[in-house]
Amino acid sequence: MLELKGIMKKFGNKVILDNVNLTVADGQILTIVGPSGAGKTTLLRCISGLATVDGGQFLLDGQSFDPATNRDNDAVIGVVFQDFQLFPNLTVLQNVTLAPTMVLKKSGQDAESEARTLLKRLNLDGKADLYPYELSGGQKQRVAIVRALAMHPKLLCYDEPTSALDPDLRKEVEQIILTLKQEGMTQIVVTHDMPFAKAIADQMLRVEPKQA
Amino acid sequence: MMHYVSEILPSLISGTGMTLSIFFWTVIVSIPLGILVGLGMTTNFKPLTWVINIYVWLMRGTPLLLQLIFVFYGLPIIGVVFQRYDAALFAFILNYTAYFAEIFRGGLQAIPNGQYESARVLRLTKWQTLRRIVIPQVVKIVLPSIGNEVINLIKDSSLVYVIGLGDLLRAGNVAMARDVTLLPLVLVGIIYLLLTAVCTVALRRLEKHYSYWR
Repeated sequence: MLELKGIMKKFGNKVILDNVNLTVADGQILTIVGPSGAGKTTLLRCISGLATVDGGQFLLDGQSFDPATNRDNDAVIGVVFQDFQLFPNLTVLQNVTLAPTMVLKKSGQDAESEARTLLKRLNLDGKADLYPYELSGGQKQRVAIVRALAMHPKLLCYDEPTSALDPDLRKEVEQIILTLKQEGMTQIVVTHDMPFAKAIADQMLRVEPKQA
Repeated sequence: MMHYVSEILPSLISGTGMTLSIFFWTVIVSIPLGILVGLGMTTNFKPLTWVINIYVWLMRGTPLLLQLIFVFYGLPIIGVVFQRYDAALFAFILNYTAYFAEIFRGGLQAIPNGQYESARVLRLTKWQTLRRIVIPQVVKIVLPSIGNEVINLIKDSSLVYVIGLGDLLRAGNVAMARDVTLLPLVLVGIIYLLLTAVCTVALRRLEKHYSYWR
């Protein structure tokens, strides 16, 4: 379970997030919606530790933690970026196994067999040896999801997962997210796509732009 | 004529040896140094970037010829004495490191921030990120510019004549002055062309090698 208590974030004098409180229970999906510039992505960046907060507290399973400094293997937060950010110089398989071998110190074999299982589950059979430039947008996104899953995150965050995809691929992402939910994955999805948000959400958080 | 060519060829070949030796040592030392200095330029540690910027400005802002003269004739004044060959290498490495550093800085800055962030959420360390993700991408980006400098270096090495080293061009010059004919310089030109041709082909190969990803 992830809890945010009184999260504050400022850029200079401009308050972006003011006293954000939320709770995501295990296996639940929280969608964060709101207009552009409201701070949705900023909130996600704070949760995933890419931005520091100016106040407030994060709790994971009741334990206080700081995502920006956390290096503990037990509190992993996976992120699927809007533009995927696969590593272009590595194959699909290497993209997935890089962190498990280097960070989790898994053996190459273990990491590879796990990666292949995950790739298969997300319909990426036969793509393991391709480079990211050889993949379609939807395939890149699935690789990004697999790459995050291979680190066994407690929580998986998505930033605008439908924005870079064709409309008919939206259903597919929806399906993936709901399948992962069935497997017990806790997920946070930032999106401005309301129908999509409604289709997947257990809980919806609306972020509004703050007046400076 | 063939007789004359075979007569001066040994001295030209020995000059080529000097040219190649300056070339190889400069490339081998300057490129790794250039990566380090280039990394230094992209840090947020102001005093360091300051010092590096002044260094790069000096090296790129003055003629290499002048730098050679300063190293060999100027540094002894403050008690630093180099042999001719060492002086030449020192000046070339100092000069080319600055150019390579600028190229690597550009390459490093071309890597999108998202790559660092995506490595960070996978909890790779800074060093792992650099080694496995950033440097391989930078190498591919900078290869054409590095190639340009490397070709320049072959020709720039002829500047060592100014401190009395016997390189290829100097060997040709000596023969020309002695025998009052331009033929040695034609040969010198041909040898330079061959050297740069080999480099060009090697660099193309290298670029092709890195074309397996985009």
